[in-house]
Amino acid sequence: MSLPAKMIPLLLLIVVAVVWGNTAIDTTQKLAAHSQQKASTTSDQSLNQQQAASLEGFNKMMDVLTHKRCVNCHPAGDRPHQGEDSHIHNFNVQRGPANMGAGALTCNTCHHEENNDLAGVPGAPEWSLAPLEMAWEGLTRVEIARSMMNPKINGGRDLKATVKHLTEHKLVLWAWEPGVDHEGNPREKPPVSKEDYIAAVKQWAENGAFIPEK
Amino acid sequence: MKISFNINGTAQTVDVDGETPLLWVIRDTLDLKGTKFGCGKAACGACTIHVEGMQTRSCAYPVKLAEGKNITTIEGLSQGDELHPVQQAWIEEVVPQCGYCQPGFMMATAALLNMNANPTDQDIDDSIVNVCRCATYYRMRKAIHRAAEIQNNNLLK
Ligand code: FES
Ligand code: FES
Repeated sequence: MSLPAKMIPLLLLIVVAVVWGNTAIDTTQKLAAHSQQKASTTSDQSLNQQQAASLEGFNKMMDVLTHKRCVNCHPAGDRPHQGEDSHIHNFNVQRGPANMGAGALTCNTCHHEENNDLAGVPGAPEWSLAPLEMAWEGLTRVEIARSMMNPKINGGRDLKATVKHLTEHKLVLWAWEPGVDHEGNPREKPPVSKEDYIAAVKQWAENGAFIPEK
Repeated sequence: MKISFNINGTAQTVDVDGETPLLWVIRDTLDLKGTKFGCGKAACGACTIHVEGMQTRSCAYPVKLAEGKNITTIEGLSQGDELHPVQQAWIEEVVPQCGYCQPGFMMATAALLNMNANPTDQDIDDSIVNVCRCATYYRMRKAIHRAAEIQNNNLLK
């Protein structure tokens, strides 16, 4: 089939128009997309920088908070854990109504304000379990962070109070002076130094207390 | 280091290393031999005494913490010649076998009765976790219930 000669210019015109039009649409879309991307890259960059700084602090902080020195006393049940293998606390020790032991067997039947390295019994001021609402055992880092930031279950703490608790409370900082066990072996410390941990908590908080999605 | 406290109703001052376990001071310095050494690791309960009425493992209690406190050992459980309900119950139920662990159990029981006048079996399981190598647990449980009965109904002889 051949086209009549007079239709050829018309067809060419249509082709040119379509190609030009598509190119124009394409260019407009690209420009729009580019400018959008530019805008979002700029804000993402500042957000990301801040988030990245916060996230860096978060990761280091969580290396500590998920360590057994912390989680042993943030159990999900009514029994504390102990030891490097986080076994259930010997001697039928239980949470009790005030998180300080059951009945006449309170934490300070054995634990006092400081470590007792002769007996291998750890101690620090306010030695007790974290309340059940603040259980960390079995939670992911993100879940721990969310629970830590939830004033309904964190003892009504705002971010400032949470940071203070995390960086100043003697029972928290005991993790870096955990003493020796009943055989005289030093207890394992968290994998980050106390100074680096405190700096990491502050870095996390001062940059927006960013909690990643997962 | 000088440390002053009240033990069995008597004021005492001792001059010892503050880290010395209170158990050592009670037995060796004050010559009160009723409180026993079992493990030295806060694990067995043989050394249980009261500090301000609460059961405390004296082997894991540095004497420096005793400053200004009221301490009771098995020797101070009774008032003069009158037995404590726990002591009477222990005699009635013929609890001890070798006897080594018994002062610790009796002090733990007295501490429980101080805060719970009618302990259930569950309360006993929760609160009394000492170790008896002669396995007198069955008789002890009966004696703890009996001690509560004696205390609540004024049945002291
Ligand atoms: S001697 Fe103190 S608990 Fe065993
Ligand atoms: S009566 Fe022998 S250890 Fe208990």
